[in-house]
Amino acid sequence: MSNQLSNSKTSEIELLSFRVGEQEFALDIMSVREIRGWTRATPLPHSPPFVRGVINLRGTVLPIIDLAARLGQHSTDPSERNVFIVVQSGEETVGLLVDAVSDILSIKTEELQSPPEMAADTNNIFVESLTIVEDRMLRVLDLRAALLSSSSEAA
Amino acid sequence: MSDPNDPMAEIRVAFFQECEELLEALQDGLTSMEDGSGDSETINVVFRAVHSIKGGAGAFGLDELVQFAHRFETTMDAVRAGELTVDTEALKLFFRAADVLSDIVRASRDALETDQSAILAVCEELIALTGADAEEDEIDPAEFQATGLTLDLDLPDLDALDDIAVDLPPLTSADSLFGEDTIAREPSKYTIRFKPTSELYATGNEPLYLFRTLREIGVVKIDINTQCLPELSKLEPENSYLEWQLKIETEENENQIREVFDFVSDICDLEIKSNGMDAEVSCLPDILPNEAATDQVVSSSEVSNAIATPAQTENLAPSADQTVENASDNAAEIPLEVSPKPAQTPPATKPRATVRVDLERVDRLVNLVGELVINQAMLSQSVAQIGLPSNTPVFTGLDELQQLTRDIQDSVMMIRAQPVKSLFQRMARIVREASADVGKTVRLKTDGDATEVDKTVIERLADPLTHMIRNAVDHGLEDSKTRLANGKPETGEITLSARHRSGRVLIEISDDGAGIDRKKVLKKAQEKELVTKDGQLTDSEIDNLLFLPGFSTADKISNLSGRGVGMDVVRSSIQALGGRVSINSTPGKGTTFSISLPLTLAVLDGMVTQVAGQTLVVPLNTIEETLTIGKSDLNTLGPQTSVLKVRNGFVPLLDLGTELGYRKPKPDYVDSIVLLIAHEDGSRAALVVDEINDQRQVVIKGLQESYGRVPGIAAATILGDGQIALILDPVDIVAGASGRTKLSTETALAG
Repeated sequence: MSNQLSNSKTSEIELLSFRVGEQEFALDIMSVREIRGWTRATPLPHSPPFVRGVINLRGTVLPIIDLAARLGQHSTDPSERNVFIVVQSGEETVGLLVDAVSDILSIKTEELQSPPEMAADTNNIFVESLTIVEDRMLRVLDLRAALLSSSSEAA
Repeated sequence: MSDPNDPMAEIRVAFFQECEELLEALQDGLTSMEDGSGDSETINVVFRAVHSIKGGAGAFGLDELVQFAHRFETTMDAVRAGELTVDTEALKLFFRAADVLSDIVRASRDALETDQSAILAVCEELIALTGADAEEDEIDPAEFQATGLTLDLDLPDLDALDDIAVDLPPLTSADSLFGEDTIAREPSKYTIRFKPTSELYATGNEPLYLFRTLREIGVVKIDINTQCLPELSKLEPENSYLEWQLKIETEENENQIREVFDFVSDICDLEIKSNGMDAEVSCLPDILPNEAATDQVVSSSEVSNAIATPAQTENLAPSADQTVENASDNAAEIPLEVSPKPAQTPPATKPRATVRVDLERVDRLVNLVGELVINQAMLSQSVAQIGLPSNTPVFTGLDELQQLTRDIQDSVMMIRAQPVKSLFQRMARIVREASADVGKTVRLKTDGDATEVDKTVIERLADPLTHMIRNAVDHGLEDSKTRLANGKPETGEITLSARHRSGRVLIEISDDGAGIDRKKVLKKAQEKELVTKDGQLTDSEIDNLLFLPGFSTADKISNLSGRGVGMDVVRSSIQALGGRVSINSTPGKGTTFSISLPLTLAVLDGMVTQVAGQTLVVPLNTIEETLTIGKSDLNTLGPQTSVLKVRNGFVPLLDLGTELGYRKPKPDYVDSIVLLIAHEDGSRAALVVDEINDQRQVVIKGLQESYGRVPGIAAATILGDGQIALILDPVDIVAGASGRTKLSTETALAG
């Protein structure tokens, strides 16, 4: 993703924004494969708490990551109102469980700023950059970081 | 050569794939020679394999390979000509030569250095065997370069081709001529004159269909000759007046064209002529048969010379053509055919037609068929829910659909399956090398070579198997003296067998050696503090110590592995394939390692159960029986564990829900349903489930690639309702089980 950002320095980047708990996040739309309504996930034994389990995505087994739990928020039991964002990072395809998908935004790349480093959060911060949209802070998710560590913990 | 833009790269890959096949054929031939069937056909097979490798290698300018193959071939030719009798020593040498040959092939493929001394040694021995006067001297590799389909190939080099054809030992047939093997079968042009007699029409044949068939094998240009057509008033409707002239450009040979006319050959006038190329042909006057260009019928401008014997001209003329006319255009296509094609050599056993398919495509197909099966199950389920009477056509149709999907699935699975033979052959080599290293005489017996296993499994089984074979040679078998002293034949025997057993593949490696020295093993394990000094271990527990990581690290430097070195690696790589390995040793009689592997990607017959609200599929082949726990059968063992009395044995009771972390142990297990799981090594365990729903075939969906390994879970599957259910790995569950079936006192107090 960082590649894409640097490649398109002067251009715009399209972000898919979504809500996790009370916070607003966004993802580079190029890494989003699809958005799916909630279905019951089959839990995996001995999995880290943020792994919700697996669902059937047209015949493939798709692991579901509870983004709220992953980001260190209090996770609630998902309901019909939740959605999965199916994302791809490298070879990995996973579903992210989020509360709601909000919007697709075009942001100029120079409007993205790196988040300040805060020591207390190092473990759970997967924010790549920040931006302001309509006076609200939008956190751009560092997908690779969020997924990489999840799979290594899982394996 | 490894340049990705190199148009030859792809063809090289194809060539090396062919080489693998040829090397396999070579091994096969040598093995059957070893078994005493040294008939001429077997020798021919060996000869041809070497020859084809040489031919292909020449095309790629792999000099080293060409030279060695040539030496080997010369020797085999002497054998074939009866100048050389094959004794045990010679056979041994041939095997070694085959090994060296495959080494060079691999080295050439991966651009590695070869072991020159080994090559030279074998070369010299081969020379010694045939005698100095055998054939010609070393071939100048430059000659082979000439045939190489390098793009700058120029005409004068073609003379070299001719030289080679002369130089080469007598060949069985024109088909195996050097040129045939190395030079692409460029589209050749034929002119066909076809004049049906009236009988052809009378017997219901139709020229149109013949022409259509022709079009399937090449590009056809059809001209009709209506000269004989009389005036309408004189026309006899039943007579045949028409004549066609067809120009076909095809990669097939003349016989293929003749075949098209096979059924009408006696009721028509048929002339088929192969058209040579124009200018280039004249450059090769001495190769062209004399009668060439005599009975030329065609008036086509592009074709000035016809050659009557396509079998030979095919080899030379087209190559000339390609160099002059369209060398660069053809670069991509030519060499596809360059590699020696087994189909082109004339073996007595008819070669099976094969297609090379990208494995990914097959996998895609496998996945799609898996989808089909799931969909079919879903459909059946929803039709059943409607509650139609069972004799409606819908059900009949569904039954047929089910049958069909099963058939399709089986067929698709078969595409991926390969006989283990190639793997076993590699092991034969390992045995030869390892036994030579330690100075033991060892015979490898293989059984069930034809057993088919998934390709991926075969590939990934090679390393662990190599390790185990080496172990068997090095440590399993005693040296000759000890063997003789113990009243055993001097030659040690290692048996490698494969067979299907209850939906799995069982591969066994057994030796007739001394068996595992359990005292020594135990002592070593105690020294390494892998087990406590006072622990009482059963024989099989001691045997299994070999699989412990770090059991033996002392002689890791040695080329041959010490038994125990890396056995943990062996076990983990087999486990990664979803397999298990067990060990069985009888002192003085030998040791047997059994590897049990799933037929991966295959469907699995499973029992669908409910555990703590989750659906779990338990592989049916692991379930011995299902029971309901009676009050008197349940016995407390420790503070948190219980055993179940099953007839006269005690079996550990495991709560699946607890083991998988779904729930805490239940307060009471009386009347619970258990599945009695039996292991390959005979041990058993009872797994508590809440409910048994169904018994059905499920499609295995790997979890590994999408998520990673989950302890106790083998894979996942998709049920008829679209939900994912996990497939249990009972052996793993039992191995890693806590055995907790009681709320511990603390937990009980806390809760």
